[in-house]
Amino acid sequence: MRWIWIDRFLEFRRGELARSVKQLSLAEDLFEYHFPEYPVMPASLLLEGLAQTGGILVGEVNDFREKVVLAKITKACFTREALAGEAVIFETTVQYVRPEGACVVGRVLIDDAVIGEAEITFAHLDQSRSQQVFGDRNFVFSGELRTLLESVRKD
Amino acid sequence: MLTQEDIYRKVSNTLVEALNVDEDEIKPEATLQGDLGAESIDFLDIVFRLEREFGIKIPRGELFPESIFQGDPEMVQNGKVTDKGMAELRAKMPFADLSKFEQSRELSQISDLFTVDLITRYVQGKLAANNGVKN
Repeated sequence: MRWIWIDRFLEFRRGELARSVKQLSLAEDLFEYHFPEYPVMPASLLLEGLAQTGGILVGEVNDFREKVVLAKITKACFTREALAGEAVIFETTVQYVRPEGACVVGRVLIDDAVIGEAEITFAHLDQSRSQQVFGDRNFVFSGELRTLLESVRKD
Repeated sequence: MLTQEDIYRKVSNTLVEALNVDEDEIKPEATLQGDLGAESIDFLDIVFRLEREFGIKIPRGELFPESIFQGDPEMVQNGKVTDKGMAELRAKMPFADLSKFEQSRELSQISDLFTVDLITRYVQGKLAANNGVKN
C-alpha cells in the first residue's frame, strides 16, 4: 500500500491555504477490511490526508529545506463517516510557521459540507540532530509528495 | 489593563486547550512537564496560543530557553548548577522564581521551574513592558 492519502491539489496559496482532494474508491485495499460490506474511510487516515495537505503547505514555505513531521493533533472531531464512492476535500490553513515548527487548522469536506475539523502541529526536526541520524536527504518531502505539488504548480 | 488574576485565568485557559488537561489540574505551582504532562512540542503550541491570547510577541527561546548552560562545566558541576550558572539562569529567566531551586541547584530539577505561575509572571512582565513602550 502506498502511503499517499491525497490525489491532487485543487488550490495552493503559499504560506496560507491548501486544498486537496481524495477520491475514495471501493477498489482500495483498505475497504476490504474496513469494514466488510460497510466501506468507511478510517478517521485516522482522514487525519493523515489533512496532515499531508498541511505538511506540504508548511514545507513549501521554506522551500522544503525543513524536515516537517507531524508532532501533535491538539483536537480533532468528525461528524459523519466518509464512505467509498465519495470525494473528500482536505482544506488546511496556516496558523503560524516558526523556526521550530508550524500549525495548521484543517477541515474535511464532502459535497461542500464540513464532516471533520482538526488542529495539527508540525515540528521541524532539528537540523543538526536529524542530519546525524538521517543524513542530508530530506526524507519527508521526497517522491510522491513533491510530485503532487509540482502538478498544482503546472496548472 | 489586565489584572494578575485576569492573566492567570487566561493562562489557565490556554494550558487547558494546549495540553488537553482539566481545569482543576491547573494550579499556580503545577509544573508543565511533571504535573500537566507537557512534551517539548507542547511548548511551541503554548507560545503560539499565548501570543494570540495576549497579543504579545514571544521570541524563540525567551520563555522556554532551549539550552541555558550549553554544557559549560563552569555552570554545572556534578549535576549541580554553580554560582555562575545561577547568574546565567537569573539573566535568561528574570521572570522565574528561583528561591526553591536555589536550595538544591540540581540540574535534573530545572524543568520544575516551568510552572503555571512562571508563565503568568512572564506574560505579566511582557504586558507591562508593552504598556511602557506605548506610554
